[in-house]
Amino acid sequence: MALSLAGCKAVVLAPSGDVAAQQRDLLVISTLLMLVIIIPVMVMIGLFAWHYSAKNKDATYAPDWDHSTKLELVIWAIPLLIIVTLGALTWVGTHLLDPYRPLQPASATHSDNEPAAVTAEAPLQVQVVALDWKWLFIYPEYNVASVNELAVPVDRAVEFTLTSSTVMNAFYIPAMAGMIYAMPGMETKLHGIFNKPGEYHGLASHYSGAGFSGMHFKALAEDQAGFDKWIADLRASPDTLDRPRYLELEQPTQNVPPMAFGQVDPQLFQRAVNMCVEEGKMCMAEMMARDRAGGMGLEGAVNVSVLTYDKYDRRGTPRPILGWEPFQVAGICTVDELEQMFAAAARKEAVPLRDPTPMRGHGLPEPGGFFQPSSPNDFSQTAPAAGVDRNL
Amino acid sequence: MAIASNETTFLFGRLNFGAIPQEPIVWATFVAVAIGGVALLAVLTKFKLWGYLWNEWFTSVDHKKIGIMYLVLALIMLLRGFADAIMMRIQQVWAFGGSEGYLNSHHYDQIFTAHGVIMIFFVAMPFVTGLMNYIVPLQIGARDVSFPFLNNFSFWMTVGGAVLVMASLFIGEFAQTGWLAFPPLSGIGYSPWVGVDYYIWGLQVAGVGTTLSGINLLVTILKMRCPGMTLMRMPVFTWTALCTNVLIVATFPVLTMTLILLTLDRYLGTNFFTNDLGGNPMMYVNLIWIWGHPEVYILILPLFGVFSEVVSTYSGKRLFGYTSMVYATVCITILSYLVWLHHFFTMGAGASVNSFFGITTMIISIPTGAKMFNWLFTMYRGKIRYELPMMWAIAFMFTFVLGGMTGVLLAVPPADFVLHNSLFLVAHFHNVIIGGVLFGCFAAVNFWWPKAFGFKLNVFWGKVSLWCWVIGFWVAFTPLYVLGLMGVTRRMRVFDDPDLRIWFIIAAIGAAIIAAGIAAMLIQFYVSIRDREALADVSGDPWDGRTLEWATSSPPPHYNFAFTPVSHGLDTWWDMKRFGQTRPQANYVPIHMPRNTGAGVVLAALSTICGFALIWYIWWLAVLSFIGIIVVTIVHTFNYNRDYYIPAEEVRNTEDERDRELATLGA
Repeated sequence: MALSLAGCKAVVLAPSGDVAAQQRDLLVISTLLMLVIIIPVMVMIGLFAWHYSAKNKDATYAPDWDHSTKLELVIWAIPLLIIVTLGALTWVGTHLLDPYRPLQPASATHSDNEPAAVTAEAPLQVQVVALDWKWLFIYPEYNVASVNELAVPVDRAVEFTLTSSTVMNAFYIPAMAGMIYAMPGMETKLHGIFNKPGEYHGLASHYSGAGFSGMHFKALAEDQAGFDKWIADLRASPDTLDRPRYLELEQPTQNVPPMAFGQVDPQLFQRAVNMCVEEGKMCMAEMMARDRAGGMGLEGAVNVSVLTYDKYDRRGTPRPILGWEPFQVAGICTVDELEQMFAAAARKEAVPLRDPTPMRGHGLPEPGGFFQPSSPNDFSQTAPAAGVDRNL
Repeated sequence: MAIASNETTFLFGRLNFGAIPQEPIVWATFVAVAIGGVALLAVLTKFKLWGYLWNEWFTSVDHKKIGIMYLVLALIMLLRGFADAIMMRIQQVWAFGGSEGYLNSHHYDQIFTAHGVIMIFFVAMPFVTGLMNYIVPLQIGARDVSFPFLNNFSFWMTVGGAVLVMASLFIGEFAQTGWLAFPPLSGIGYSPWVGVDYYIWGLQVAGVGTTLSGINLLVTILKMRCPGMTLMRMPVFTWTALCTNVLIVATFPVLTMTLILLTLDRYLGTNFFTNDLGGNPMMYVNLIWIWGHPEVYILILPLFGVFSEVVSTYSGKRLFGYTSMVYATVCITILSYLVWLHHFFTMGAGASVNSFFGITTMIISIPTGAKMFNWLFTMYRGKIRYELPMMWAIAFMFTFVLGGMTGVLLAVPPADFVLHNSLFLVAHFHNVIIGGVLFGCFAAVNFWWPKAFGFKLNVFWGKVSLWCWVIGFWVAFTPLYVLGLMGVTRRMRVFDDPDLRIWFIIAAIGAAIIAAGIAAMLIQFYVSIRDREALADVSGDPWDGRTLEWATSSPPPHYNFAFTPVSHGLDTWWDMKRFGQTRPQANYVPIHMPRNTGAGVVLAALSTICGFALIWYIWWLAVLSFIGIIVVTIVHTFNYNRDYYIPAEEVRNTEDERDRELATLGA
């Protein structure tokens, strides 16, 4: 059955990457394990239904027989044993095949069991952004990017770092590894590998709106030479993916053919995750750092236009429902402060934002500015400095 | 495709002529519905049935009539939900080789959302609630539920929700989000028009009904059992109903709150589930599944009860392992709260979290497996009579076992990583919902129809329907299992790979066979009603039943039992028959009964109007109808004319009539 299905392109049962192959193995083992009980049950259903039919006068009839401790023990124990076995498999398998776990060198064997040269190479980094409705792939090591076409070298582990620009999505190359969600304002990870060269199908596997059906891409597994050539072709593209170009690219489009970008803004992915590609928006990491340090006080609660990303206005409404408009509040004050403010206004000077420090009550210094490179709170870098928790 | 603007006017909110869908398919449907509706109204008027319907049915607080109305609602909505299914099947066969098919994305995406919402909330739920409503009070020897007016009100709120969902077909649009409406897609930024609002208010209005009916049945089972019927002497169906209603009372408030938070995000600009300003869409996914997973068991548990009754009755044998059956049910009830995360292993939780929820999910299969064995050993050494309900039960066992197996497969996180959101998943949950819930409902309808109407259902058309459903199911969903293994995901509208097409064609053929099954069932109802004299059953106990509902006449008198029965053990009616107990035939006393009231209909109508006004931003109407709800509620509390006594004389006449009927049977 598995073979005949493989014949009809059941890619899940005949994948080309080691991760997907291990996932397939677990699928098959679990099925077989359950068939141990399913098949006898099916046989018993058929047998009892046939044998104890009222038409069969020879069958025993025991209308009051309704309990047997031994039998009850058996019917609870057998499923229990199978689930204990399956549970152990699940615990181990889930940890070994956790998409966040870097691949071990053993994964880099050919699927036909030929021992391949174990690549000690670091995994290839690919940053993935789910846009409306296409996939953006950024190769930070090469500083190039492509849309709806992904190429990776065969037998080299790949580390995908994913996010989305709009709604929840899921990234899935069935021949390579299982899927993982790509979510706006969040970063997920997936490790995978291709062990056979070829052209595979990649897709969005979580409904994301009107253009969902056309949101798929070609996944190429190439030898090193082919991969280098593919990168060189990208690099030859005159198109540069900087912040304005990204904002243009993320506008909803459907059935997008592959695109190439020869240059990429190195901070682009982190900005996409932090929802601050657009000029004048505060990065989410900075907002979180500020909040952690005590927040911006009451003013911070109303001055939200730098933080507004897609709340009202994305694929539809030009205008918020209840007539909300972005506005600025310079300060929320006591009566004393109000008088000071009027005095200040009389001097025709801009009222400075109050220093929020006193409101925190525990005397933390205000967090450093966003683009001060020496600050440990600088989240805009692709890789954080050692020892810095990115999830501040 | 009409995306009207959100510009509002005072009088009509954002409702304007742009709200008429620009779809020929919808127009044709509208014309058909309009003609059918007018014809129906004309017939009702011609035969002067309005007064009868209003007095005897719509305002009735009789649990039996309300139960039947729930089933009628479920049947009507089944036709709508199935029409959606057929449209999807046709689209997925059509849209190959560069073709866009015949549905644009705006229309197609509404269809799969509506299909899921309708089938779960307005087919499966009313089916299950209707069955519990009809059967539970009879099984526990009660005269009605604890709160008869609330029961009527709950039903009409469910109808109100259904009306809103149906209205979205012709006025505006329905949600294009999938049946659980995950934000941010369901947020105002991505779903700016009325679709998601129809979803929210449709479910909120119906949800009030479901929650109240859950409370009602829970109290009924706990407080209104006849003397002697301890918890461990309750029929298994009543036990499963008890567990289901515990689940309803505990989980529907979660759904209500989650939808309220989404409503606040959409209407007032809060940030519970937005991307920006600290909102967390993952929280919605967690919350909705904390409701959503127990919901699955809300649907299936009562049908496990039905199968227990059916298997034991037709095997002519006590249920094997009653105690373990009860404990299995309670185990499932509790465990159903500990597994919700298996719906999103792929959202990026750590391996330990995923393993935990994977293993808890597998553990549920242990009590479920025990139930399966209990049914098997009930058949063992039985004398199985193959009437229609028993055939449905056998069909269920074969189908459900396989659905359960694929369910455990999906509970293994690494396997789920390659099958999540795929057509394999779609095939799995149809396998358990059709093979479990629907087959169970059909078994129940065939089983209790004689009780409700006094005649059996036609066997020939019943068998045709059974075979069409079973064969159709496997022809329709085996290809989806295969497609899932080919890496095909759900909710796709257009396909590139021509090799997939053959599987979709087979699936469409399966859907056509199921359509024949539904048609055969409607014919079965028609033929049986036509031949009701020939199929009549005066005994009240056509299947040699075991539980108390079979002790009454068919249909049971308004008051169910002239004297409250006393239970001395399991299978109370079976014992009564065995020990030759006879009904008391004298000393009738007046019976205290609740009086019909129209307040439930009025309140539900006002709630529906309020929902409609909120969907379209017609604020004055929303405020007015909300005030109306409060006023009618207060006025209703001053209605002191809410009960009456059936005179002893009338009870005696009814019971004497029954004696005469039984006497003709004996002769």
